[in-house]
Amino acid sequence: MNIIINNTSGVPIYEQIYAQLKNEIISGALKENEPLPSIRGLAKGLRISVITTKRAYEELERSGYIYTLAGKGSFVAKRNNELILEEYLKEIESHLERISKLARAANIGKNELIDMLNALEED
Amino acid sequence: MNALEVKNIYKSYKKTKRAEGFELKNISFSLPSGCVMGLIGENGAGKSTLIKLICGIARADGGEITVLGTENTSRKFTFTKRDMGVVLDYPCFPTKFTANDINRIMRRAYTDWNENIFFKCLGTIDTDLKYGSYSKGMKALLPIAVAMSHNAKLLIMDEPTSGLDPIVRDEILDMINEFTREENRSVLISSHILSDLEKACDYIAYISRGELKFCEEKDDMLDKLVIVKCGEDELNVIDRRKVIGVRKSDFGIEALAYRNAVTGGIHCEKATIEDIMIYTAKGDLEGGARI
Repeated sequence: MNIIINNTSGVPIYEQIYAQLKNEIISGALKENEPLPSIRGLAKGLRISVITTKRAYEELERSGYIYTLAGKGSFVAKRNNELILEEYLKEIESHLERISKLARAANIGKNELIDMLNALEED
Repeated sequence: MNALEVKNIYKSYKKTKRAEGFELKNISFSLPSGCVMGLIGENGAGKSTLIKLICGIARADGGEITVLGTENTSRKFTFTKRDMGVVLDYPCFPTKFTANDINRIMRRAYTDWNENIFFKCLGTIDTDLKYGSYSKGMKALLPIAVAMSHNAKLLIMDEPTSGLDPIVRDEILDMINEFTREENRSVLISSHILSDLEKACDYIAYISRGELKFCEEKDDMLDKLVIVKCGEDELNVIDRRKVIGVRKSDFGIEALAYRNAVTGGIHCEKATIEDIMIYTAKGDLEGGARI
């Protein structure tokens, strides 16, 4: 598994770890009940603070993607389809937001957008 | 649990004919167990004094220090020393001794001495070579190897990487990384090479002229602060109470400010520990923020 920390993006490091691990879980690269790298191991490997890694794991646990067993480490939680659906919806919404902005800038109407979507579906 | 707790530590050295007076003013901070703390500050700021006070080499005039749960003025502290690994900024091995000699002595001195770790830390150094003939890099490595080889819970290092090349420094950082893989081990390390500390530390404490300027979680601090580059008018838009320091030139302004106060459009860059230290020390700003 590759985790890449971008130091120039301005996105907090814990959010970068959170997003990348989440993607691994949603895409199915990390399977249910599969162990995640240990907090300390990950921090040492990426040369980042233990506290930051811990925060990313806590966020993942709070969002329901992983669970933690005391003394054993963290594991991928049972696939929660509702959670994943919600995640997809959120992503679609953010794309739509961009689309509507671009459309307004280019003076493209709502009907035209719907036509474009229909054309895409037909393919 | 905290590996180290420093509460209101005060120490003063009187000014004499031969020595400058110096004061360490009511310093308080704590180092949570399992974490690495970097101690930064200009020369003569009090870093080494603080480390000596923690180790019980010097006595404080006020306040208290608790190391691994034991107050360092109590009689029990003698036993706590077994769980501490200390690297001071001056070498303290007899020049005629070889690494093998040191190993024989330490085996008797520490109950938990592990010679495998010791020789592994020394790497390619010939163990029959006398300490006096070591190169600077080897000289720096030996005390670190000793400090890491007796299963210490707290490692205290005073400028272990000063004067060393980037490769050896990187090896030392790797050793620290390896050392803190176990959850109950903590490290306090002072250095002027802030890029090293940026890689190794969880917390950064900054001491200036005997005062603790800040003690913060490193990544959190680096996320919170940015370097702003703009003109004077644009700077005035930013809330003064969110600006820590400013540096002016004829061609614009650079400032250290809180990210959440910087409005869109103004160019900003990620701050480094070095930026934070310099702007906190020099960028005096009326009504400005403190970290």
